[in-house]
Amino acid sequence: MDNKSSSPWVRILVVATLITMLVDLYLIFEFAPTERAMGHVQRIFYFHVPSAWVAFLAFFIVFIGSVGYLWKRDRKYDMIAHSAAEIGVLFATLVMITGPIWGRPVWNTWWEWSPRLTLFLVLWFIYIAYMMLRSFVEGEERSARFAAVFGIVGFVDVPIVHLSIRLWRDIHPSPVIAGGDGSGLHPDMKITFFFSLFTFTLLFFWLLVQRLRLEKSTVATSELKKQIAY
Amino acid sequence: MSDSIASGSQTAAIKVHGLSKTFGNQFALRKIDFELPPGEFLTIFGPNGAGKTTLIRILSTLTHASSGEVEMGGIVPSKEPDKIRRQIGVIGHQTYLYENLTAEENLKFYGRLYGVTDLDQKIATIIASVGLRLRRRDCVRTFSRGMQQRLAIARALLHEPTILLLDEPYTGLDQHAAEMLSGWLRELRSSQRTTLMVTHDLERGIDLADRIAILKKGRIVFYEKRENVDRSNFKQTYYKLVGDEQNTA
Amino acid sequence: MSAVFVILWKDLLSEFRTKEMVLSMLVFSLMVAVIFNFSFPPGSEFIQQAAPGILWMTLVFASLLGMNRSFVYEVDKGCMQGLMLAPVNRTAIYLSKLLVNFIFITIVELVVLPLFSVFFKLEVLHVAGQLALIMFLGTLGFTIIGTLFSAISVNTKTREVMLPILHFPVSIPIIICSVQATTAVLQEQGWQVLWGWCKLIVVFDIIFLIVAYFTFEFIIEE
Ligand SMILES: Nc1ncnc2c1ncn2[C@@H]1O[C@H](COP(=O)(O)OP(=O)(O)OP(=O)(O)O)[C@@H](O)[C@H]1O
Ligand SMILES: [Mg+2]
Repeated sequence: MDNKSSSPWVRILVVATLITMLVDLYLIFEFAPTERAMGHVQRIFYFHVPSAWVAFLAFFIVFIGSVGYLWKRDRKYDMIAHSAAEIGVLFATLVMITGPIWGRPVWNTWWEWSPRLTLFLVLWFIYIAYMMLRSFVEGEERSARFAAVFGIVGFVDVPIVHLSIRLWRDIHPSPVIAGGDGSGLHPDMKITFFFSLFTFTLLFFWLLVQRLRLEKSTVATSELKKQIAY
Repeated sequence: MSDSIASGSQTAAIKVHGLSKTFGNQFALRKIDFELPPGEFLTIFGPNGAGKTTLIRILSTLTHASSGEVEMGGIVPSKEPDKIRRQIGVIGHQTYLYENLTAEENLKFYGRLYGVTDLDQKIATIIASVGLRLRRRDCVRTFSRGMQQRLAIARALLHEPTILLLDEPYTGLDQHAAEMLSGWLRELRSSQRTTLMVTHDLERGIDLADRIAILKKGRIVFYEKRENVDRSNFKQTYYKLVGDEQNTA
Repeated sequence: MSAVFVILWKDLLSEFRTKEMVLSMLVFSLMVAVIFNFSFPPGSEFIQQAAPGILWMTLVFASLLGMNRSFVYEVDKGCMQGLMLAPVNRTAIYLSKLLVNFIFITIVELVVLPLFSVFFKLEVLHVAGQLALIMFLGTLGFTIIGTLFSAISVNTKTREVMLPILHFPVSIPIIICSVQATTAVLQEQGWQVLWGWCKLIVVFDIIFLIVAYFTFEFIIEE
């Protein structure tokens, strides 16, 4: 079934993702130099930041899919939004897991109300609410409609949440968050970092395609049922 | 059969073509076609779950069809919904009444929404004619089911619609009120109003109808002019078409 | 436009008769305010610092309770369909519900705020104007969102739970800003700081009023 239903593009995507992932692992654990102050734990940065990027990307696609659905009323857009939301929640979770692992030795605390971590916590809640909404509404058309509205509201909210958290932190500065991520990266670190971003982006699209295919076959089954009923 | 369905050459008051509606993977309506000339009265019979309410909801712009076309008096409801909404009066399964408002206030509210002129005058008339004059200042909460139905009828007719869509309007009415409703409907028909009525009451349905349709599992299985229907026989016809199955659509 | 006021008139009339929404919000918020008081040691200094946060949480919880009701009336007897059958702009329905909710919550605030300042020993008279501004902007913010989401939650299986779950994460900026602005006023941090917070609430209000205006129709149209 795998080979028959997938287009050549999908197969290229699969292969490319697998290869870049292997290369990325090599870059992260062998190629990139060890950070002097933080040590090996800094390598988690190559997972942490790309995960954050992918989560944003996913939520943006939820937004696009939601607008598309309300506009065109085509199930396809809803499926894209739904799939992207699931993947987005997954990566937002990764951000919040890798963040504290990194932060524990560096900041000496498991949870720091840093602007970015707080933002992700809020994002996580928004999209968990999105998923809950989907499962608590009866009728797939209605559930798609409601989810689309919430997907739009949620995404529009992101910059405002970001601003308000930033402002809030400015007033109550956190104890020690010295040495921001981007400052003075070693060139090899930069290469690794950008390659990692690229890899995670590929991984995202691969997951999205897989998730969509799953959704499509579910729909195909119900279409078949409908035809039988007719 | 399609001959009898596509009849009038002038613009039909209600024209439905290839109308389908699905809920998930379940069909409620399957490619329905019919035309109703202006001023005529169509009665639709059908077992529970046949899709009658779904049809009325689509015609009254409350829900969108999955596919197919609808035209009412030359207007396509999905394109110009507000234009069609002014012209239709709907009685549905629910009464659409606010329980904490009095009968009068309910009518005032809906009358204002429709921009009815001379509202107080019209409310007084219609409330008297549905026999609720003495209870007009009471909250709807305190009304019996039949009284609420009477008020729902008043609500649907208040803005003098040209097309009536009635979903089981006899629900809960006593003999007297049911006779009254039949009387009004006859009167309205003679004043060139087009009516589509869904009912389970074969007697009353046939009495009023110009055309009769039977809906079964989302399909029109019977569509005839009244004069072509053998009244004494209709019950048998109906049961032959739909009644032999216990489970509905 | 007139449809907005027709629906508003109907809702006010109905509430005037039952007093359901306003009374339940009022009693609820007073109780919460009092109970919060017990989470501090008696005579604690913290209580004054925490007061703005407690005040806003109390108000948001109470309004969620109230806003949940605003569409229940419409849905339960099918009145929403009656509204949808009328030649009424769909956004008029939203605007009228927004106004209704805003009016009811404001009434509650007008009663709760003085009592709250007494319970929490806050000096509010000399900053009443500034507080009123924050109350207005903040309340508008979470009512805009709450009205939109209550139209959604009323159609879900778990009405009462769904609204807060949808509402809280999205309204976090409103809560942060309103609490901080209130703190700024009570601690007399000056107009500069206050305006910094209010600006963000204004942005939130405007953006979500626009978003709600365009999306509401999709919630109620089938
Ligand atoms: N909102 C809905 N979601 C899912 N299915 C629905 C919905 N509304 C109606 N249906 C289905 O569509 C079919 C037609 O329903 P409809 O209400 O039109 O029947 P009806 O002919 O009016 O029946 P009754 O005589 O009981 O009023 C039924 O099978 C019903 O289960
Ligand atoms: Mg029905």
